[in-house]
Amino acid sequence: MGKDNFPNVRMMQGNQACAEGALAAGCRFFAGYPITPSSEIAEHLSVALPRAGGKFIQMEDEIAAMGATIGASLTGLKSLTATSGPGFSLKQENIGYACMTEVPCVIINVMRGGPSTGMPTLPAQMDVQQARWGTHGDHSIIVLVAATAQDAYEQTIRAFNLAEKYMTPVILLLDEIVGHTTEKVVIPDASKIELIDRKKPDVPPEEYKPYAETEDLIPVLANFGTGYKYNVTGLCHNETGFPINDNAMIEKLIVRLTKKIVSNRDDIISNRTMSLDDAEIGIFAYGSVARSAQSAVTRCRAEGIKVGLLEPTVLWPFPKDEVLEMAKKVKAIIVPEMNLGQMAREVELASRCEAPILKLGRVDGNPILPDQIVKMVKEVV
Amino acid sequence: MKPAVMPLEELMGSGHLACQGCGATQAMRFALKVLGPETALVIPACCWAVIDGTFPHSAVNLPIYHTAFETAAVVASGLKAGLEMRGDTETTVMAWAGDGGTFDIGLQALSGAAERNDDIIYVCYDNEAYMNTGIQRSSSTPVGAWTTTTPVTNYKREPKKNMIDIMAAHSIPYIATASTAYPHDFMAKVKKAKSIRGTKYIQIFAPCPTGWKMAPELSVKSARDAVTSKVYPLLEITEHGQKLKVWKDFEPTSVRDYMKVQGRFRHLKDEEFDQIEKDVEMKWQRLVAKEKMLASIPGLIE
Repeated sequence: MGKDNFPNVRMMQGNQACAEGALAAGCRFFAGYPITPSSEIAEHLSVALPRAGGKFIQMEDEIAAMGATIGASLTGLKSLTATSGPGFSLKQENIGYACMTEVPCVIINVMRGGPSTGMPTLPAQMDVQQARWGTHGDHSIIVLVAATAQDAYEQTIRAFNLAEKYMTPVILLLDEIVGHTTEKVVIPDASKIELIDRKKPDVPPEEYKPYAETEDLIPVLANFGTGYKYNVTGLCHNETGFPINDNAMIEKLIVRLTKKIVSNRDDIISNRTMSLDDAEIGIFAYGSVARSAQSAVTRCRAEGIKVGLLEPTVLWPFPKDEVLEMAKKVKAIIVPEMNLGQMAREVELASRCEAPILKLGRVDGNPILPDQIVKMVKEVV
Repeated sequence: MKPAVMPLEELMGSGHLACQGCGATQAMRFALKVLGPETALVIPACCWAVIDGTFPHSAVNLPIYHTAFETAAVVASGLKAGLEMRGDTETTVMAWAGDGGTFDIGLQALSGAAERNDDIIYVCYDNEAYMNTGIQRSSSTPVGAWTTTTPVTNYKREPKKNMIDIMAAHSIPYIATASTAYPHDFMAKVKKAKSIRGTKYIQIFAPCPTGWKMAPELSVKSARDAVTSKVYPLLEITEHGQKLKVWKDFEPTSVRDYMKVQGRFRHLKDEEFDQIEKDVEMKWQRLVAKEKMLASIPGLIE
């Protein structure tokens, strides 16, 4: 037994799995800042990235880390930064900048309790709405979530693929439990990992317009330093990238920024389900809480209670159709989450009063236990 | 250095949560002995946000404002302004931050407070890395050092940021360095800072045996060796940056001996130690030359 017998199986912390997933996705740039509980991502990449021919920079603060990540991505490098609550707040202005300028990058937020410094070493899921709406202004964004170290590995790869495909920042949320749990990760063969790279211009530099209209609404940003000269600005801009004051053009831009993501909802969203077909009670859970929910479903089913689980692995865009479908089938939906009902709000909206929504929030720094969910299921029954 | 009496007053009690041999903890104890009970502390994210302990086991018998990482200096500014508006001119407001919160993320706030010459004491306890989050490099980490983000294969190549010169460029009334091995010197400097209006910056060398991979009992010795090997000169900059006084009354010791007891330098080769020794000597010569040069120019402010 040992490493040689199972070359593709590794024991890894969720945070390390993110770092390894990033390398597998072709990430060659990381800029970060120390913050618990995400620092292991930076620590791991400080060794591994230079070995892979990439660049690791520890920045002077969180804002700088986000800025450098955007800067490096403009040269064509797949770029990553990682942080937690307070750092995620500091990054928000630049996340909006990346949305506006359509520069692909990945931001991993290993969620701890907040607000403010909160609970640096304890798990929470309090940033799920911030991930969607943290930066100011109308925009759309893709937010993934991981429940296991295996997920952390695979979702990091998917985050890079979605960022490159839709030219947008993509946020991957872990909670402290997932970030710090060491467990089995099966590393797929490199040839079996599907990688997506951003589009490259098919016109010569003199004809190139970075934000020219495209059929799929996704711009073609040339890598800086390849002869294509263009302007990048956080101001509202036209197809050349230069700022504008034309109201019609401004509207076109802002609408497109949202449309390019929501019109591809089906391609982006992804869910896991468990025993949902004949379920009378539905559970909507994500992240480490989904693992408690799986256990709760197994125990309830053993007792003959028909419970099913809908576990989104993409939180935004929100899987509203799937939630509505579940709501039509079940008598009630329980939403256990380590916050005071942030996603329960969305479930409530999406379910259109087809089923009552029961919040099961926990904000004391402890994980939600299967017992708690089972107890609530029995109360509902 | 003159021997002095250690004040009996003790505002820091036992039961703190620091590691063994923590220089930052020693530094706080000495500072509070001088500052007395009419003091408010502002502490950003750093080891000291934890060292104090959780309720009801706080080790410090003073009000503490634990702030966001980047805001120690400016929260202190606001606190002092608020106290003054309410007619309280007695309370000393002291911002107390680590090197990461001072040299890196807190630099903008500190620069703002210093430029306005806000009436605060800012103490940076310098343990040369982000120790609270697990020993990541900061811009105060010395050249050659291992940290968890500067692995031995890619150890820190950049020299430590010269924070003292940056503060001197702000023309604030008082700047000093100190070391936990010289508590009387540090206490005298804190006392002096308390008597001056405006922004006062004190940077105390505070060994971190945990982060430096060193035996805890070497904490004070290392703090002394850093000074006597000229790695961390003790100095004062007064008269708004116009006068510099460097302490030279010691028997010089070896830079190599100072570094060799610390695991964070274990990977360095002889030629790298040679280079570091040369750099330390060059910086020391420059500092002494600057002291002489400044002494030869009549001060603008008397």
